[in-house]
Amino acid sequence: MTSFYRLEFEKPLEVLDQQIAEAQSLTAADLLTRDDAKPTPSLTSLRKKHKALLKKIYGKLTPWETVRVARHPGRPQTRDYIEAFCRDFCELHGDRAFGDDPAIVTGFGRIGSIKCLIIGHHKGRDTQEKIACHFGCAHPEGYRKALAKMKLAEKFQVPIVTLVDTPGAYPGLGAEQRGQAEAIAINMMEMSRLKTPILSIVIGEGGSGGALGIAVADRVAMMEYSWYSVISPEGCAAILWKQANEQTNELAAQALNMTSQDNLKLGIIDEIIREPLGGAHRDPAGASDLLEAWIVKTLRELKAFPIDDLINNRYERFRKLGSYETVPLIVEVPSQESPSPKASS
Amino acid sequence: MTRAPARTWTQLKPARRAAIPEGLWLRCPQCAKMIYRRRMEANLHVCPECEHHFRIGAVERVQQLADSGTFVRMFDDLKPGDPLKFTDLKSYRKRIVSEQAKTGQLDAIQAGELFIKGRQAMVSCLDLRFMMGSMGSVVGETITRSIEHATARDLPLIIVSCSGGARMQESGLSLMQMAKTSAALARHDNAGGLFISVLTDPTTGGVTASFAMLGDVIIAEPKALIGFAGPRVIQQTIRQELPEGFQRSEFLMNAGLVDRVVSRHDLRSEIARFIDYAGK
Ligand SMILES: [Zn+2]
Repeated sequence: MTSFYRLEFEKPLEVLDQQIAEAQSLTAADLLTRDDAKPTPSLTSLRKKHKALLKKIYGKLTPWETVRVARHPGRPQTRDYIEAFCRDFCELHGDRAFGDDPAIVTGFGRIGSIKCLIIGHHKGRDTQEKIACHFGCAHPEGYRKALAKMKLAEKFQVPIVTLVDTPGAYPGLGAEQRGQAEAIAINMMEMSRLKTPILSIVIGEGGSGGALGIAVADRVAMMEYSWYSVISPEGCAAILWKQANEQTNELAAQALNMTSQDNLKLGIIDEIIREPLGGAHRDPAGASDLLEAWIVKTLRELKAFPIDDLINNRYERFRKLGSYETVPLIVEVPSQESPSPKASS
Repeated sequence: MTRAPARTWTQLKPARRAAIPEGLWLRCPQCAKMIYRRRMEANLHVCPECEHHFRIGAVERVQQLADSGTFVRMFDDLKPGDPLKFTDLKSYRKRIVSEQAKTGQLDAIQAGELFIKGRQAMVSCLDLRFMMGSMGSVVGETITRSIEHATARDLPLIIVSCSGGARMQESGLSLMQMAKTSAALARHDNAGGLFISVLTDPTTGGVTASFAMLGDVIIAEPKALIGFAGPRVIQQTIRQELPEGFQRSEFLMNAGLVDRVVSRHDLRSEIARFIDYAGK
């Protein structure tokens, strides 16, 4: 992996990576003919050291570092996961009204042996695709495409799996003119009463309303190193700390409680899906195996519920979220503003 | 030598300005005329010269909407917690305390039952003066309870929005209020309930992207800023000037996103009319 993008806090691994590469390039013949006295560390021991160091680094990632992992260019995206574990994927395009937003991918496919509708934000892997996808920032037609296909799934009782990976919904002229806010709002309202099981997994970035627009579900999970929050750390830092820089981003990421652990504690998600050691970008195949296993397990679980129970539980799941206090009611002399109601015209 | 032109308010020397009793007169930000505050207030906080709609708090809003003496406040015992122990340059806890002291409100919302021209309804009004009307758990919970109450009692529901969006200091929990209120509206809709959404200046972010855009009928006060992203964020993203009137009520109506732009003077009669047409 020569072009492997290295995050700053992964720097300590550099020397070991080089040594491993060197050791791998040595052939048995090389080893026999070498006459220097310097003992070469064995590949096994190097790998062991590497693993230990990786474990140490990833064991204490700060929230801001987690955000960096979630945005790693090598991190698997929706189309990667579809290619990895979805059999017979049949993509469906367009919202039948305005266009086809590549920032949201929709289509039928089989995960394990289960037929489902897959919906996911896609950021784009090469420059051209990234630009077409607006780096995973969807337009209203993307959300409307998602809803149209979800209604199709509902009609034939096909369960829905959504993969969330967006910095946020696109802020632009056309997006506003075509009703970005309305598109997201309608999706949340309709998803809350869709008569088919829904799973949502934040696989990378869960940026605010743009994420929630496809994430009202029976079960919501996050991949271990993804983030999910009301605003990005940079956006929050720029507003509340008056400027976004490394230091304020770190503070904002901390304050926002945006990691998978934080969201689990707050009850916003139901489960965390483990990633391979050192993050999904180190082992995309391993990550997709773990994700697939969770989806299959959870879809089987949800199949056991009668649909009405499922929808009631889905309502209660979101209904109970929030944190407030109740002030003791004080008996007041009624003010002139609030006598008993009576009709007047 | 030419004569100096007549001076405007801002050019007046502070000493002269101070001579005019503070608060008695104010300058209209739209027509720039000095207007007598009492006259403006008696005119529903609308400029008598140019129809500029001044921003008003939830208390004034409820007073303006309700038949005199019919508003009964509900769900007023909720106050924000600090689930995340959020601290930026100032702690959320301190921010709440100072906002409460400033406004005399526990959070950015008032809800209750009222009568509008004799028609009974459930109303929730956001309040900009409290942390820019941002939606945290208290606002989300109050809106949700209002919706559920309207559904249970078969009442038309009116929500008057004005908000900077979701409240960052409650992070993910604020975000979840969008889903919670939208889900409650789905049930209200299932039950055949009427929801009239009134958008006022400004309505942006997570409030627009949830209950505010889910009205059976959506009406907006003139020239209100209504959008998902704020104009500054859009400008930074697309790096070009925004067209005149972009994200204002009239722009939204032309874009097909708002049913009617309604002057504050007609709000009561228009709401009553919709209740007659669409209510049960
Ligand atoms: Zn004026």
